[in-house]
Amino acid sequence: MNTVKLELPINKEQIRNLKVGDKVLLSGVLITARDQAHRRMVEMLERGEELPIVPRETCIFYCGPSPTPPAKVCGAIGPTTSSRMDGATLILLEHGLLAMIGKGERGSELVERIRAKGAVYFTCLGGVAALLSKYVVSCETYAWEDLGAEAMYKLVVKDFPVYVSIV
Amino acid sequence: MTPRVINAEYIKTKIIEAIGVLSFRSDPKLLNCMRAARQSETSEIARDILDAILDNAAIAANEQIPGCQDTGTLVFFVDIGSSVLIEGHGLTAIIHEAVAEASRKFYLRRSIVRDPLLDRTNTGDNTPAVIHLSLVDGDGLVIHIAQKGGGAENMSRLFMLNPSSGREEIISNVIRTVTEAGAKACPPLILGIGLGANFETAPLLAKRALFQDLEARNPVAYYAELEDEIKSRINSSGIGPMGMGGNCTVLAVHLLQAACHMASLPLAVNLQCHAFRHLGIRI
Repeated sequence: MNTVKLELPINKEQIRNLKVGDKVLLSGVLITARDQAHRRMVEMLERGEELPIVPRETCIFYCGPSPTPPAKVCGAIGPTTSSRMDGATLILLEHGLLAMIGKGERGSELVERIRAKGAVYFTCLGGVAALLSKYVVSCETYAWEDLGAEAMYKLVVKDFPVYVSIV
Repeated sequence: MTPRVINAEYIKTKIIEAIGVLSFRSDPKLLNCMRAARQSETSEIARDILDAILDNAAIAANEQIPGCQDTGTLVFFVDIGSSVLIEGHGLTAIIHEAVAEASRKFYLRRSIVRDPLLDRTNTGDNTPAVIHLSLVDGDGLVIHIAQKGGGAENMSRLFMLNPSSGREEIISNVIRTVTEAGAKACPPLILGIGLGANFETAPLLAKRALFQDLEARNPVAYYAELEDEIKSRINSSGIGPMGMGGNCTVLAVHLLQAACHMASLPLAVNLQCHAFRHLGIRI
């Protein structure tokens, strides 16, 4: 198993060097977004509004963390099933999105688009959220606090372990 | 018969305590299964993942961080004796209050939305819990509690089979369910299978099967063998931990069977991810 360290945001050239099955240790900023946040982003794009993220510079993490207990950096951190976000991801790819992290397979149309756009889909391990929380340096609400666990959170991570799944 | 009076607050305290255990402590038998799987895995990545699962359990317990960020739907199966009298408050109200209080106390993720379609705003305290009450003889009160994650639940299936379907068709439908779920259900899995009964009861049997001791086997030899065959055939499929390949896809298979209509053969397959959080308390 090949292990690579990468600083976020990543560009197309760095993505071209990745191979399916590589283990990657990511450092930098991840922005969480799941079902509701994706729905809002798609609605905003349809209205021609500016998103709270710059897709090209964002690594989206399909994750709804558990609340941060007092005196802790964050709660439990782990991936949710990515395929629920396939439809919205097709649109975000058109707006420049290059990197996403989640759990499980993606639909065949999306797989093709990810490759055609030179983007990358990473998976990380589900159900090991106490362990993954150890790679988080800071966690704060980034946008849409009203969505609770489905809000966007900004996670700064150090050597966060993921696997290259589609490239 | 003299009623047995149980104080509502006492029950609530016991439920909150149990949710705390579920949130942070892995079942020791689950960890034994993981260690055994770690020994028999030949793939490097599968061993890497099983090590991560074991490390995760230790961190969750030591630092009181949930082992999975999806702290689930709180599911209750309550067997209440007909001579039990609860003093102070109704049983379902106690359960909902305990869930809300435990969610705040243990910093559980709030995962429940108000309405499936019209209003998907978060209820903010993980209520309402899912509660199944059964009235039984005697003066016992047994409460089974699970934190059931959404990923594995989404990939669970109900098949209304033809009574002429044989053992092989049952096995192939279970295998298909697990294969289609892939990494989405977070294997290695525990399978709850409900066979027989009817449209609503087969899934209840499947869910109830998940509350059994991890080492339990069906008391009927034929079904115990069926459980074994399903387990070994799925494990030879190569899906592996988190769908990354390996020989450990299923840790345990529990089947419950029941009488059914002559026209029917319902089969329910409830998938349980490796974050197995089931507990029974006797009050």
